[in-house]
Amino acid sequence: MTGKATGTPVERVEDERLLRGLGAYVDDLVTPETLHAYFVRSVHANARITAIDVEQAKRLNGVRAVWTGHDLGDLNGPLPLLAPHPDLIAPRTQLPLAVDRVRYVGEAIVMIVADNRYRAEDAAELVEIDYEPLPAVVEFSDSGRGRVHDDVADNVAAVVHQSRGDVEAALAAAPHQLTLDLEIERSGGMPMEGRGVHATWDRRTGRLHVSDSTQSHVAIRQGLSRILGLPLDRLEVVAPDVGGGFGTKIMLFYPEEVLVPLAAMRLEAAVAWTEDRYEHFISANQERGQVHQATVGYDADGKLLAVRTAFVHDTGAYIPYGIAVPAVTGTHLPGQYHVPDYEFTGRVIYTSKPPVSPYRGAGRPQGVFVIERLIGAVAKSLGLEPSEVRRRNFVPEDAFPYDTGLDLHDGSRAIYDSGRYAKGFQLAMGHADLPAFRARQKERRNEGRFTGIGSATYVEGTGVGPYEGCTAALNPNGRIVVEVSVPSQGQGHATTFAQVAADVLGCDPADVVVRSTSGGAGAVGHGTFGSRAAVMAGNAVAAAATTLRRQILDTAAEFFECAVEDLTIDHGLVRVAGTGAGLSLAELATGANPIRYPAGPAAPGPRAGSDAPPIALSATEYFRQRQWVFGSGAHVAEVEVDPATGKTTLLNYVVVHDCGRVLNPLVVDGQILGGLVQGIGGALLELFTFDDTGQPTTTSYLDFRLPTVDDLPPLVLDELQTPSPWNPLGIKGTGEAGIIPVAAAIAEAIEDALEPFGVSVHRMPMTSPRVRHLIATSTPLPKES
Amino acid sequence: MRITVEVNGRTRESDVEPRMLLCDYLRHELGLTGTHVGCEHGVCGACTVLVDGEAVRSCLTLAVQMSGRSVRTVEDLAPEGEELTEIQLAFRKHHALQCGFCTPGILMSLTAEQNRPAPSREDALDSVRGHICRCTGYRGIKRVVEEVFAESDAENPR
Ligand code: FES
Ligand code: FES
Repeated sequence: MTGKATGTPVERVEDERLLRGLGAYVDDLVTPETLHAYFVRSVHANARITAIDVEQAKRLNGVRAVWTGHDLGDLNGPLPLLAPHPDLIAPRTQLPLAVDRVRYVGEAIVMIVADNRYRAEDAAELVEIDYEPLPAVVEFSDSGRGRVHDDVADNVAAVVHQSRGDVEAALAAAPHQLTLDLEIERSGGMPMEGRGVHATWDRRTGRLHVSDSTQSHVAIRQGLSRILGLPLDRLEVVAPDVGGGFGTKIMLFYPEEVLVPLAAMRLEAAVAWTEDRYEHFISANQERGQVHQATVGYDADGKLLAVRTAFVHDTGAYIPYGIAVPAVTGTHLPGQYHVPDYEFTGRVIYTSKPPVSPYRGAGRPQGVFVIERLIGAVAKSLGLEPSEVRRRNFVPEDAFPYDTGLDLHDGSRAIYDSGRYAKGFQLAMGHADLPAFRARQKERRNEGRFTGIGSATYVEGTGVGPYEGCTAALNPNGRIVVEVSVPSQGQGHATTFAQVAADVLGCDPADVVVRSTSGGAGAVGHGTFGSRAAVMAGNAVAAAATTLRRQILDTAAEFFECAVEDLTIDHGLVRVAGTGAGLSLAELATGANPIRYPAGPAAPGPRAGSDAPPIALSATEYFRQRQWVFGSGAHVAEVEVDPATGKTTLLNYVVVHDCGRVLNPLVVDGQILGGLVQGIGGALLELFTFDDTGQPTTTSYLDFRLPTVDDLPPLVLDELQTPSPWNPLGIKGTGEAGIIPVAAAIAEAIEDALEPFGVSVHRMPMTSPRVRHLIATSTPLPKES
Repeated sequence: MRITVEVNGRTRESDVEPRMLLCDYLRHELGLTGTHVGCEHGVCGACTVLVDGEAVRSCLTLAVQMSGRSVRTVEDLAPEGEELTEIQLAFRKHHALQCGFCTPGILMSLTAEQNRPAPSREDALDSVRGHICRCTGYRGIKRVVEEVFAESDAENPR
């Protein structure tokens, strides 16, 4: 494809509507007739339910239904397990409504439907639930004191393990080795729009219409059809405007996503549920929590010879997403470095906390934190710059495709398709200018200021398969309608995919309308997650547009009685080379159908009035690719730490990323920047906390601190574009990239800044109190004389 | 309770429960869904509207408090058929929105700043500090402030 629109910063077509306040998010669909659902949730992290009394609640004026799990009958079975995998020892998923046991604070127990939300909350006050509390499993060390699932010994849900080479022998033979204990704590996506579901039931047609703030309305539709026993042809699911997802909304199913549609059917009404932020804090899925014990074997030059990590992964009370997150940690940990012998073993543990499913980065930030902390320690032990150790270990440019010898959890092999790791890193370090920084650092230290620098690199497996479909059609107005199955949560698909189709078809992106459908007549696919939308759906769009272009040219060749080779399409005009003859796409589409309609074009089309059948100008194509494609990048953070307050300030930040060919730089930069600032939050601010009974203690934006405009550092944003050889557009995903190495780079920078205090950073996030604690508990290095 | 309130230049009379939040009143009673609710506890700023020209969090305000006052929401910035405002255009140009959920609130805060007698870039940036955007990383929003408020500064020196 050699278009003009792709690769340029086309302003988004989505924006005007959103800027006018005309976005349509789930809660905006509510009308005065809509009934409102509310969920009574567990107040205990681990407890038996001994009694539930809903009688008073039922009697309250305006209350339409109050249901416990018993009222749901067979529907109250375990929700789907998304990815069964042999590593799962004891997979358990949640019931829509807990019946006799709750396993985290926030687990839904009773559903209330009332005329409005205020009334529903009044009714909730009247529900009485008797609990018999059990010991909660909060820390991994609590596993001895309680069980999350009575029949799961030691709370072990799964063990993920893979190795390449002989790590034992390589470690034994390595001239040096060291081991670190590292911890990354719980965090989460925290989209600004919480979760929400709106469902209407049309009694006359027997059809259910669901609007869901989800990243995969296709999978929701397919799943709901089975769960509710409703044929697909009577079930429509749309993802309207979605106010951010970040993985939190790729959970399938949250209980509410089943129960709200069910209520609409049972009550023959429109029913909506919009969670409030408190509900989001206690019941939306979270991620990140892992503890690693990692060992590296290396030689005197800082060459990494072997790495082994044994980690524990907190999956919360259930494991709806299977082993996806810990497996990604394991497979992405070596990243850009060639580590000949490598092994990971992750014990996946149930805890009395909200379930875990992927959050932007999905296990990768943890892996990168581990390998980069090891590299930092190796550098320290050898008296080298960490950046120098990085340089000595990159997978070289001539090694691609680079087979990691590791299998991804979807069964495909992790093979890096292309990359220029040393080059990208060099670019980043060039922007950071290490020698100049070291000079500045020295001066500042003399002034009593503590600054430091840290770098980190990553790979991101993107474009999760196996396929995405697209239907592209030309309508009689000359508009190209492109249907995909990947909804947008702000990524700008309507713009990017329009650019792709426009370039193939030779028209203006403004003439392309992108729709996200959940299947049906058009193509099917899966959804927006795993940085896959651009790769999978983008290439499907190109494929469908290519077929549509052929149909258009064939039709035009018939009209003009010329050869296809003599035709061009430019600015929406099909022309015959060397003649003045030409037709607009609208004329061509109209001409393809011999039937004339009222108010049609004045000049009859080429086949008007004939008996010829219409020519279909619509194409459905799929892009299939099981192999993930690997984006990459390097970050450098320059920080100042105030030892008195513990506050870390980012003085400078460098990002160099490589997601192959860029379709829209505005959108790609936006993804990187958004990820970066989320990563800064994850490194310095954000942390879900629980007391030792499992009560969440961060339940508002006052105690879970999100980055604000002041947290965006002075920034250099640069890129390489190393095309992927594995898809026609040469692209790699980039939705998650920005967040992945941030905590690792900042950790190294803080450690560097606080070197005189003898501080080692082995934990994330590094909040101000933690930095102070670290300084207080470390042994300062002897002063240089 | 009966209230009379001017919303986007139109006088509205409604019966509302005393406990009804202004954001719920705007969204669900009047159908002005451009005002968004991100936290309901006054931190995120998504629900910001103008009350008598001042930026106010509609999730911390009761509808009954608005009786006799004038409320302006995002829908009124560039009513149908009118070109986007300078701030809105700058948002699009600088990719200062992704999902668009936080956007109306920020637009209202910046509009309040712009309407001051002597708008300043620093005050405008300060008003953005009261908003959370989870998508954009703020760079585009900062650029909007720099673009729009630099020009205002030149026109209206303090
Ligand atoms: S919704 Fe009002 S400040 Fe967040
Ligand atoms: S654009 Fe999504 S929260 Fe700001």
